Amino acid sequence: MADVGWWVVPVAVLGGALRVSTPFLFVSLGECITERSGRINLGLEGILVMGAMCAYGTSYLTGSPWLGVLAAGAAGALLGLVHATVCGLPRVNDIAVGIALMLFGTGLAFYLGKPLIEPSAKILPAIDFGWWSDVPQVRAALQINVLFLIGVALAPMLVWALATTRWGMILRTVGESADAARAMGYSVNGVRARATMLGGFLGGIGGSFLSLYYPGSWNEGLSSGQGITAVALVIFARWNPMLCFWASLLFGGAAALGPALQSIGVNQGYYLFNAAPYILTLVIMILTCSPKRTLIGAPAELSITK
Amino acid sequence: MKADVRPRTHDKSKWLPLPYPSGEGKGGGLRLAGAAEYVVIPSLALVAALAAFGIFVALFGKDSAALYLYMYQGAFGTWFSWQNTLSRAAPLILTALCTALPAQLGLVIIGGEGAFLVGALAATSAALALSSAPPVVVQLAMALAGMAAGGVWIAFSGALQHYRGVNETISSLLLVYIALAVLNQLVEGPMRDPSSLNKPSTHEIGAANMIGTIPGLDVHWGLAFGIIAAVLAYILIFQTVFGFAARVAGGNVRAAKVVGLGVGRLILITCFLAGAAAGLAGMVEVAAVQGRTNANLAAGYGFTGILVSFLASHNPLAIIPVAVLLGGINASGGLLQRRLGLPDASVLVLQGMIFLSVLGSETLYGRFAIFRRGG
Amino acid sequence: MTSQISRRHVLQGTAAGAAMLPVRMAFAADTVVGFIYVGSRDDYGYNQAHAVGAAALKKMPGIKVVEEEKVPETEAVEKSMESMINLDGTTLLFPTSYGYFSPHVLKTANKYPKVRFEHAGGLWTDKDPKNVGSYFGYIDEAQHVAGIVAGATSKTGKLGFVAAKPIPQLLRNVNAFMLGAKLANPNATLQVIFTGDWSMPVKEAEATNSLIDAGVDVVTCHVDGPKTVMENAARRGAMISSYHVNAAPLAPEAHLTGAEWNWEVLYPRFVKMFTSGENIPNFYRGGLKEELVKVAPYGPKVSEAARKQADDIKAKLAAGNYVIFKGPLKDNKGNVVIAAGVERPQTDPELEKMNYLLEGVIGATS
Repeated sequence: MADVGWWVVPVAVLGGALRVSTPFLFVSLGECITERSGRINLGLEGILVMGAMCAYGTSYLTGSPWLGVLAAGAAGALLGLVHATVCGLPRVNDIAVGIALMLFGTGLAFYLGKPLIEPSAKILPAIDFGWWSDVPQVRAALQINVLFLIGVALAPMLVWALATTRWGMILRTVGESADAARAMGYSVNGVRARATMLGGFLGGIGGSFLSLYYPGSWNEGLSSGQGITAVALVIFARWNPMLCFWASLLFGGAAALGPALQSIGVNQGYYLFNAAPYILTLVIMILTCSPKRTLIGAPAELSITK
Repeated sequence: MKADVRPRTHDKSKWLPLPYPSGEGKGGGLRLAGAAEYVVIPSLALVAALAAFGIFVALFGKDSAALYLYMYQGAFGTWFSWQNTLSRAAPLILTALCTALPAQLGLVIIGGEGAFLVGALAATSAALALSSAPPVVVQLAMALAGMAAGGVWIAFSGALQHYRGVNETISSLLLVYIALAVLNQLVEGPMRDPSSLNKPSTHEIGAANMIGTIPGLDVHWGLAFGIIAAVLAYILIFQTVFGFAARVAGGNVRAAKVVGLGVGRLILITCFLAGAAAGLAGMVEVAAVQGRTNANLAAGYGFTGILVSFLASHNPLAIIPVAVLLGGINASGGLLQRRLGLPDASVLVLQGMIFLSVLGSETLYGRFAIFRRGG
Repeated sequence: MTSQISRRHVLQGTAAGAAMLPVRMAFAADTVVGFIYVGSRDDYGYNQAHAVGAAALKKMPGIKVVEEEKVPETEAVEKSMESMINLDGTTLLFPTSYGYFSPHVLKTANKYPKVRFEHAGGLWTDKDPKNVGSYFGYIDEAQHVAGIVAGATSKTGKLGFVAAKPIPQLLRNVNAFMLGAKLANPNATLQVIFTGDWSMPVKEAEATNSLIDAGVDVVTCHVDGPKTVMENAARRGAMISSYHVNAAPLAPEAHLTGAEWNWEVLYPRFVKMFTSGENIPNFYRGGLKEELVKVAPYGPKVSEAARKQADDIKAKLAAGNYVIFKGPLKDNKGNVVIAAGVERPQTDPELEKMNYLLEGVIGATS
């Protein structure tokens, strides 16, 4: 095998971007929808973990990873419903509910998932996009999972849906001004509930990717804050689904940077490389926010902007 | 993307149920009739959550009656259990203040864990730098260093919110991950004690510099620090002009600016104090328990503190009993594992249920006539 | 231990040694043994290996086992131990995580001098309380044998190691693996990637992929839960060598061999010593010879020649007349770490301070 040089790093980062970004992609797209309706769901971390567990368990019990993906989505939607119901009560703070859901979802997933750590479930297949290359590294990097492709298609679809469809308009109205939406006869809580459930559905699917493709097994350390990071991602992607897509790729690549650098001999400070995605988020947020122009494009009803 | 030209208002009274109407005069805080509401309703929510947990556990074939018995026994049943509970509650009071203080301003800070870790690092560094000084001096220096470091960490988050408009919830959380990375990098790198072989740690601060236990109890002084800090925080918020200004700003930023309150100054000071509390907790963990800094410090005290603060409606005095309650739940977790074979995640499930229940119950405030003042 | 000599209860089985030692009154009631795990009992790795040992105890008559998992290395473990002692009547405790030892186990042991604490991995010295013992297995011996198999079977000569943190116990495994591989293939290299912590599935998967991208075709690891590394490596078509727990069920075709713990042999041994009143040595170490560790059965890809070479070394280790770390040995920066003519047998305390990577290992400890 040819000796690999430094170029293995960009290839690994690309591969990482394609692999690791998918959970970020789904969770951020889901949260985008939720936040556009004027509600913030920090419980996505719990939904992600719960989705991962359900997917793995279902795949193990039924032998079909795709059923697992659906089960994960259903679990996510259910938890989203819990979030929406509690938040729908007057005087309830949606940030606090999100944190509560994070605890509950994670705890429930660990509790139910105990028997799933040992067995091996069937995982999702990948499509080989690198068939044109005979360099193994490139081929490996371009092994793309179907979920990623779905996510890639979903992003522009959401942009279009939000801008042109009636559903999108209702969603945005509820997010910009609850009073206006009520005046038009829409149930604000109902729309938000549906948006949160849809967000939970996508978040659960993002979790299923973790357990059914990459890293491809279930254990209690599976998520390292991806759910929370995805929420931050939505904010600096300005609630624009296409920007969420690019930001997810950036994050995925940043996560792969550390190990890739080590493999070519750059060994210093690998903890700081591990923290790269978080530092990146913070820096980008500092650079792009400003107290006067803060959160342009933010749904006006979102509690964090008020 | 349109420019946002509406005046910015923080209408927080809608979503942070502070236990007094915003803008009340001095003495606002705990009027008896109103106060009863803030005890009874959360207590009912707690009972509901415990009942739901019992049903949950029963679904898996475990004995619910035994569950409650063991929870009580493990948390409050014997003197040993009490001390277990209290020692787990000790760090929680301080880290809860890290969320409770900025909440008065309407800021949701969840970065207590990060302040805890940098506080621990700073405290250890102070102890190692002053290794030849008498213990009292060292402990004082450690406390000051811990509080300063933690304070700066959270003040940074507050500053970002005020001067750059960066959402403080997310920035404080990101700072937690960054603090963890810095801790690991330092502990395994420049600050590493070469003889800490299989558990990379800093040098020990020395047995003479350790904080001991409260006489008569098997609980370290951190509990006392926490209670004192909580009382001081309560006085600050409800009995001083500063606190009044903070609460006004928390209720309506525009009004605060019109009246001339320096909102930026309020934010920075409050966040600094909040971080100082968590940083002090970090110092105590080093000085009373671990004796050095290593990755063990990241045990989630900061995160549990967030939960305590929300459950206590961000009231510093209420934080004390809530911390004891959560300490009790954690303390009983071990017994539940051993007697009922429940996985350790059950404690997380219970905490989540309690949190959801208490949050949901907030909608019940103001609905019942018995609690309304004046009949 | 008490020196009450009573002949009321005589042990079954061999009493040769026991007859000469002070015999405590055997317990009429069950002996309660406590286990504390830092992680999940079924992590397919470190903690599970201990739990398997605990399970072996549950089958013994007159022994009751209580377990607690996910106990962090803070005051919580002190309280857990005290709870087991006070509420369950535990007299023998196994706090199984390295970080429990100082200060937690030492503090608690001083408080309860009648309870015995057996700690996995700690470094007991005679300044420590007498009712504490530390034990550990020289699993690097098993990794050494696994290294031979890996070196012989690898087609590219490049081996990979996914590591958590650069602590001596881990570096010893890396170096032993390297030395074994060199016996089979003197040109073999071993690339190490550190993830930074004991359980980080995404980082471990990334590290595995990076290694394989760099040309590695046999992967082993030292993390708390090796399942992620093993499965991801096998999916990429690499061969795997397991650690802590046998990973053959995950990928039978790709599995070569592995280094496993044998706690299910040690713990009953300890318990029998304890209940018969025999003193468990305060510092207990052992390898293949004392059956504290074992080598996993060979997989289908391992050739006859490789098996023979590995078995040969395994037998020598089991007989106790083979030294893995003998000079001259250089680290991968060119310094001599073990001089010519110097032999460091497994019990040599210098090995417990290892902080280098040997020649042939690609990677750095910091």
